[in-house]
Amino acid sequence: MTVTAIDAEPIVSVRGLSKRFGDVTALDDVSLTIEPDKIYGLLGRNGAGKTTLMQILTGQDTQTSGDVTVLGGTPFENARVLRNICFIKESQTYVDDLRVKHVLAAAGHLMPGWDREFADRLLDDFQLPLCRKVKKLSRGMKSTLGVIIGLAARAPLTLFDEPYLGLDAVARHLFYDRLLADYAEHPRTIVLSTHLIDEVSNLLEHVIVVDGGRIIVDDDADALRRRAVVATGPAETVDAFAAGARVLHRESLGSQARTTVERTATEPERALLRAAGVELEPVSLQDLVIATTTGAREITA
Amino acid sequence: MNDDGRPLFQQIAELVENSIIDGSLPEDGQVPSTNELAAFHRINPATAAKGLGQLVAEGILYKKRGIGMFVTEGARDALRFRRREHFVRQYIEPLIAEADKLGMSITELKSMLDNREESR
Repeated sequence: MTVTAIDAEPIVSVRGLSKRFGDVTALDDVSLTIEPDKIYGLLGRNGAGKTTLMQILTGQDTQTSGDVTVLGGTPFENARVLRNICFIKESQTYVDDLRVKHVLAAAGHLMPGWDREFADRLLDDFQLPLCRKVKKLSRGMKSTLGVIIGLAARAPLTLFDEPYLGLDAVARHLFYDRLLADYAEHPRTIVLSTHLIDEVSNLLEHVIVVDGGRIIVDDDADALRRRAVVATGPAETVDAFAAGARVLHRESLGSQARTTVERTATEPERALLRAAGVELEPVSLQDLVIATTTGAREITA
Repeated sequence: MNDDGRPLFQQIAELVENSIIDGSLPEDGQVPSTNELAAFHRINPATAAKGLGQLVAEGILYKKRGIGMFVTEGARDALRFRRREHFVRQYIEPLIAEADKLGMSITELKSMLDNREESR
């Protein structure tokens, strides 16, 4: 196992960050740290504040209050910091009259870590026509172009905000495969924001969930897998198991109950529960996010 | 990967253990690298590294600097012994619990197993 330096400088350090648009609070006193060379998942519902957060981290917007340090500096209008960031946005727009090859040439010019050969291989893998004008690309092809730039830029901090509008399952898996393979060879910090949580959950090392402008989960992916279980069986036994822990969801039918509860079960506990007719199932990352974010809580409360 | 709620790195460790137990990874044989495991199972390389790291810590695998990881001599027997202990919890205890629910005694279970033995 490789041991990373304990005092590794964080790539991103945010303290007490707030962003208000008029009387709407998009980010509310957010603090977080992003460590180097990890793949992060930035998850949450639409309008939770993910994109606003990424825009501030990449210097495309300024905060109302709070401190933001990215790659050792303030990102806003800081060429040294911005050169080392690649932010691929949902519905990324390009200059319409440029051809694919022009866009790639521009990216190669701007990004110090650009790997031309890798970009060529990706073009081939995704079968993107090099000479086509950007305005003639389909929605999926435009997303592909963004994905290729994001990967071939090899930026120390790469952010993908819902990069795959219009991409089919085959293309998405190609993206995951190329991302993993290249990340293994060239470790760097990657932030992946997506609604397709089940698809990416195994790629992530760390997960941040934003809800209503606040961070409600900031934990290792491994720890999250063990954070909650679904217990189904005789209500009395299920409720005794859930007692004292945070219940995310509960439903019952006659003497049977099903409860999603934030606790783990030890091996002897599992054996006892099994013997008492209680089944334990894991909670997927997607289900955990659904259970912890606002809408679901209001429905089940 | 199966989502049975256990940490992914443990599942990776167990997959490697299975290959050692069934002999497809012989003692002193080289184990797939972190990156190979990550690519094959579509998981984060750090997770794969943690799985292999656990097996190194337990003495099942050993590292050769700059070359990779290899199966320790005697690892297969050690794993089989460990899995036997696990077998009781994983199979025997639920078997008895289910039999109990159906009103079957342990004597009945024994005779069922004996019948199995004879028909083999």
